[in-house]
Amino acid sequence: MLLRGLGAAFVVALAAVRNLQYVDSDSSALICCRRDLMLGNGQALSAGSYAVVVDKLFKSYGKFEALRGISFTVKQGEVFGLIGPNGAGKTTTLRIISTLLQITSGTVTVVGTDIGKHAERARKILSYLPEDAGAYKNLTGREYLQFIANFFEDWHDVGEMVARGVSIADLGERIDDKVETYSKGMARRLLVARALISNPKLAILDELTSGLDVINAREIRKIVKDTAATGTTVLLSSHNMLEVELMCDRIALINDGRIVETGTPSELKSRYSSSNIEEVFTKVVK
Amino acid sequence: MSSFTNIVKKELRELLTKSTILPIVFMALLFGSMGSMFGGVEEAITSKPVIGLVDQDSGVLSDIAADILMNASTMVYDGTDVQEGLETVTNEGGSALLVLPSNFTDDIMSGKPGTITVYWIMRGAGLMDTIPSTSVDNLLSVLSANLSAYLIETGTSLDASLVLSPTTRTQTTIFQGKEMSGISPSDLSAVLSSQSIMIPLVIVMIIIMAGGTVVSSMAMEKENKTLETLLTLPVSRTSIIAGKLVASAIVGLLMAAIYMVGFSYYMNSVTGSSNIDLKAYGLGLGALDYVLIGLSLFMSLLAALALCMVIGTFAANYKSAQTLTMPVTILALVPMFITMSKDFDTLPLLGQAVMFAIPFAHPMMAVRSLTFDDYGLVLAGIAYSALFAIVMIAIAVWIFKTDRLLTGRIGKKAGRSILKGGLIGLLVSRHRKT
Repeated sequence: MLLRGLGAAFVVALAAVRNLQYVDSDSSALICCRRDLMLGNGQALSAGSYAVVVDKLFKSYGKFEALRGISFTVKQGEVFGLIGPNGAGKTTTLRIISTLLQITSGTVTVVGTDIGKHAERARKILSYLPEDAGAYKNLTGREYLQFIANFFEDWHDVGEMVARGVSIADLGERIDDKVETYSKGMARRLLVARALISNPKLAILDELTSGLDVINAREIRKIVKDTAATGTTVLLSSHNMLEVELMCDRIALINDGRIVETGTPSELKSRYSSSNIEEVFTKVVK
Repeated sequence: MSSFTNIVKKELRELLTKSTILPIVFMALLFGSMGSMFGGVEEAITSKPVIGLVDQDSGVLSDIAADILMNASTMVYDGTDVQEGLETVTNEGGSALLVLPSNFTDDIMSGKPGTITVYWIMRGAGLMDTIPSTSVDNLLSVLSANLSAYLIETGTSLDASLVLSPTTRTQTTIFQGKEMSGISPSDLSAVLSSQSIMIPLVIVMIIIMAGGTVVSSMAMEKENKTLETLLTLPVSRTSIIAGKLVASAIVGLLMAAIYMVGFSYYMNSVTGSSNIDLKAYGLGLGALDYVLIGLSLFMSLLAALALCMVIGTFAANYKSAQTLTMPVTILALVPMFITMSKDFDTLPLLGQAVMFAIPFAHPMMAVRSLTFDDYGLVLAGIAYSALFAIVMIAIAVWIFKTDRLLTGRIGKKAGRSILKGGLIGLLVSRHRKT
């Protein structure tokens, strides 16, 4: 597959964007919230209606416990925010859901697929954008998108995917320049395009706009919101509370490896008598 | 603390890390063990050669010759039967059987050089393996000089050139059960060395080029932060590893080929063509031999690249990749130098174990082994290299499937089991906080 991808790296076919629609079996769930999830206790919980089901997830690095039995669900089509202080376990959680790290105990299901048992299957339907991700510098933006699209050629039209990626990145003529010549904002736009190119059922975005200027950050947020509107579930983490408030349908607060709060932004603000999520965050964490 | 000291301290802390020190320690140990392996060279050169003597003459000159040989060598056979002499010398670890024919004295006294027939018992074709024959050569020179002295003392009327050079030599080399008349161990060693020098060089070139490419490729994925993305794409870990191995092999082979074109021109210009045709002694390589050499080369490369892939998973960045490649390069250079200086059969047991354990060594030894129809070592080498490659690829796939690739953590239990498998690369590990 890798060789095929490399071999086809210079063949680019332009095609119309295919706008895949995923069935949201419970669209009303966008405004629904559950403060305490009691998963694994015999209560029937259909994993099929959720894009992500995390149940009693533990993760240890040697003696250090990074995650201490976290549970939460993300409904299909939802934009779900995971927020917490540095070292709380956000990135570890996202990396586990992305199949990068192994589970110490507990289960994670992505659109009905148990990632502990079927990681390769899960990789076909999810996409992960790490906080400090990079692209291959010796490729042009278009070649990079082509390289990524080639991995999906068994179930997607590569030409359409590249065209979609070029459209999302919106880099104009610079899409044919080498990645090494890109500014940080341009590189991030390319990487966001990469993450959304396959129209994934679940997009996991770590610190989506970290280090970007206001204009770039706004544009990238809009891209993600537009993609979510087409049915892609988004799970993101951010230190930018304004971003979280603007983008997320629901939020989970994680601290010291545990989920300490879950709810919609308005619910959380009302619960903690706060005017914004930053205040909520401060009150919960302190 | 002065600013200067502050900078020096910071630099030292950056440069003296586990990943820079451990490969150097490993290399020091390697050179140390090589030193002990070659430690016997001086002893071999200065010690008396072990020989046998068949004296079929009863003349005065043969008696003088016998006395000199007796004093200047360790004589393990002194008789009149050539076959018996050969058996004894071979069994006693000797290097030559000298035969003084019945007309030795008469020939010299009648104005003809006396013929000394030398049966060389050759045990290996490496440069160091020919040291005993050099000692015997020196002995024969001493013998000739002493006979000259005797002739001069006795006021002979013989021709001056005969007096100064009273003996001539016919020689037969016995190596690997084959008798090759008219050539000395040095001649044979030179031919075999020129024949088999290219493969070790090609191997070393490819290991340095392709191995370095594999290790760097992993390091660059980490340094450029592209690894995490790659690992979440719908591509199997095995495909990623296979893709990297094949691409690195192609690049390595290409670069090595370019180097070798230049090098072969250089070799042709500095080495003359040999007059010895090995095929005349039934020592040529057949079609099957070339297939086996190719197979040995392929397996060895696969093993080397797979080892580099495992090592590459521990490279945090380009700098550490350079350091991690060094032990592999040394591992390739060691068998190259050993192959040039000694044969596998003449190495001490520790040396044989080291040579066999290094998978790159087998194609280097294959040409010489196959020249003398020693298929056992070649086939065992191919099987070992294949097994080594399979184990390394399995370890690489295992590392890719766990989160160790990202966290750099190796559990004590896993680490022990890998080290038991002989993985040197894992001596170097890094620990990164996540």
